Amino acid sequence: MSATIAQAPARKWRFSLSQEWLLLIGIATLFIVVGLINPRFVASRNLQSILLANAYVAVAAIGMSVVIVSGNIDISVGSLIGVLASISGALAVAGVPVFFAWAIPVVISILVMMLQGALVAYLRIPSIVVTLGMLSILKGGLISVTNGVWISGMPDSFHLAQWHLLDLFIAAEPGKQAAVPESLSALKPMFDLLTMPVLFMLFLTLGAAWWMRNTAKGRSVYAVGGNAEAARLCGIPRERTLMMVFAVHGLFTGLAAVLFATQPSVIQSTVPPNLELTIITASVVGGVSILGGTGTVIGSTLAAILIAAIGSALIFVNISPYWLRAAQGILILVTVLADIYRRRQRGLAR
Amino acid sequence: MQSNSKPPVLALDGITKSFPGVRALKGVSFDVAPGEVHALLGENGAGKSTLIKIMSGVHTADTGTIKLDGREIAMTGPHEARRAGIATIYQELLLFPELTVAENVFMGHAPRTKWGALDWPAMRAKAQVLLDSLDIHDLDVAQVVGTLSVGNRQRVEILRALSQDARILIMDEPTAALTEHDVQRLFAIVRRLRERGVSIVYISHRLEEIFILADRVTVLRDGEHVATKAVKDTDNADLVQMMVGRRIESLFPKIDVPIGAPVLEVRDLVRMPQTRGMSLTVRAGEIVGLAGLVGSGRSELAQTIFGVTPAQSGEILIGGQKVSVRSVADARRLGIAYVPEDRGIQGLVRPMTVRENASLAVLSDVSRHGFIQRETEEKLANAAVRQFGIRTAGIEQIVNKLSGGNQQKIVLGKWLATKPKVLILDEPTRGIDVGAKAEIHRMMGELAGQGLAILMISSELPEVLGMSDRVLTVREGRIVAEFSRAEATQERVAEAMMGGTSHESSAA
Repeated sequence: MSATIAQAPARKWRFSLSQEWLLLIGIATLFIVVGLINPRFVASRNLQSILLANAYVAVAAIGMSVVIVSGNIDISVGSLIGVLASISGALAVAGVPVFFAWAIPVVISILVMMLQGALVAYLRIPSIVVTLGMLSILKGGLISVTNGVWISGMPDSFHLAQWHLLDLFIAAEPGKQAAVPESLSALKPMFDLLTMPVLFMLFLTLGAAWWMRNTAKGRSVYAVGGNAEAARLCGIPRERTLMMVFAVHGLFTGLAAVLFATQPSVIQSTVPPNLELTIITASVVGGVSILGGTGTVIGSTLAAILIAAIGSALIFVNISPYWLRAAQGILILVTVLADIYRRRQRGLAR
Repeated sequence: MQSNSKPPVLALDGITKSFPGVRALKGVSFDVAPGEVHALLGENGAGKSTLIKIMSGVHTADTGTIKLDGREIAMTGPHEARRAGIATIYQELLLFPELTVAENVFMGHAPRTKWGALDWPAMRAKAQVLLDSLDIHDLDVAQVVGTLSVGNRQRVEILRALSQDARILIMDEPTAALTEHDVQRLFAIVRRLRERGVSIVYISHRLEEIFILADRVTVLRDGEHVATKAVKDTDNADLVQMMVGRRIESLFPKIDVPIGAPVLEVRDLVRMPQTRGMSLTVRAGEIVGLAGLVGSGRSELAQTIFGVTPAQSGEILIGGQKVSVRSVADARRLGIAYVPEDRGIQGLVRPMTVRENASLAVLSDVSRHGFIQRETEEKLANAAVRQFGIRTAGIEQIVNKLSGGNQQKIVLGKWLATKPKVLILDEPTRGIDVGAKAEIHRMMGELAGQGLAILMISSELPEVLGMSDRVLTVREGRIVAEFSRAEATQERVAEAMMGGTSHESSAA
């Protein structure tokens, strides 16, 4: 026996956890540690509000991750979400059928993103410049169109983000939570978590991850982001691929905007400050290389959850929420260091 | 000539160096005499780079001594190396493209006025003196470096080394990216430096250069010192055997195969400004070599045939049928494959795995309704690894970690997966070591034997002459000469490449 063991090659322990597993461990650690300090942090009410309030960030980060994998970036996404939310609310208040109040902003989002994509793909303007321009246009436009007035008085059915899973199956007044049947009451906390934004987040993340991994189109995004010239010589045109990337990004941004707009009863004419940076942070911390060519959307969604949980945790351990930015910064640095370490191992250093 | 009796100016003894997981050097000794060209040979991974990095202070040796003029010195960093008069010219030239020749030469040690400001007139004058001392008359010290050719940029690097009074110049594959003409000029400069007493450590994969230029040669293999010999006491076969540790029967294993009907015909192809009416024919089983200087229009012709830059006029025929190639996708569908010149920039997607790279040109073939069939893809990748003997931990290995030769085999495999009729190879063996080179040449022969029509572009004349059934010479966007295998000699092809004007003595 001992002889066979001695013959086994000495296997050196290697740090080879994927970013996704690291994030899961990080999230679990955070909940355990902060939960021990303040048990109310892990109460299902708090989990629900963390997820509910931030699911749209994760949805937007999916699109952002696709864009970054393709070797680009979009810093207009935050202000676009703000504009789309106002449009959505205004349409609902004007009496447009609720479905169109949701769908029209999504279509606009896809068109705006494809316009930006065309500038990047065909005119070869760096995406950071294109989206910086769009950011200014949208920010200025939003304020002058809405005059800074908040939008309210949308019909109850408009508030998609307040729906629960059960509302889909059990007729209940939208916006009001359906009564959970007696037989399922044990599962009630779980159903509470599955609000519409969380369902969107789960399905869109898994769907996008599957698309990126298993389709020729998804593969072409990695190819163009990893080496556009090599991809072109393989018959994968950079231009068309980038148009597709921005259209996909537009779809996710539009959906994120609808989730953002339909959650509160009043739509402010502003979005959380630096929303685009939070979204980009989620992508980067999720393991998407800022150089393009690598990363997954599962990572970015986990990172969005981690960032949201840190924000909430700061409150529960009585640290000023202003430190959230600093915490995000530390996360980025740790991620980049881990990334450098992994790239060295794979011989990708530099 | 040089004698080995002169005491060495730089002597390394018993150098070992380990990196995590690798012992790069195992007790290597190396020395260089004043006014000597000492060639350093070895396959990729043999330890050449590590050794020159220790000489230039980039790495510190784990054990061993370094003596300068017989006195032991502590080489603790690049700064010490510079003070000792050791300068290194790396493959990737480290210049500032936005600055002028003079500014680049004196970067970091520019002449100052007594007020401490940069002394521009003195800088320009000194740079001019250096230029004159090397007999370089076509380079202006006020030119911006980014606009210069690779050959001229390399001269700027040499000037920079000389401006720091370098006594020992280490050149890492200086001819890898040079045209034949620039190579000759580089040789002239190296000889001139040697006459002045500068010692040169010369690294190259091209054995013929060693016989032209070097006085002694040291061969490394797997981090160990194999031998140091006077060049006159060795020959090609001997060096190759020392490098690879076994005999390679022939570097260019050209096998004669029956040549069939024309597969690719190109007539009066025009794509301005680089392709100005070129015609050629490649037959089944034939390897046609395309020789020419960099910039003569060789690669541009290939890219026009492949649809990257579609032709403006002229005809392309595949198997006798007139076809229209407007895009890479068209070319692919017609059975044309193009293995590009620079595998890092144009061939591979580095962050991707072997599997993902192998299937990239046939994504639509391994997909059904847009969904990649993982099993089909894995089969394809495994087949490529087996067929080409790609040395990899597996198909999920990230390609960037593989050696140049293995990377090139993946690019080749990727294109052969498209089942082409015409294979265009652009510099198929640039920068890869002798062993892998021989394997790729053997594969080319086999592919021709299977009836593939191969068009090969190469800057290495021995490769063109060794592998081709016919040699076409390109100059200024036109095909200017054609030689059968029997007619093609180094002199005739080179003369056609240069336009018959170049009669400078090539020491070959």
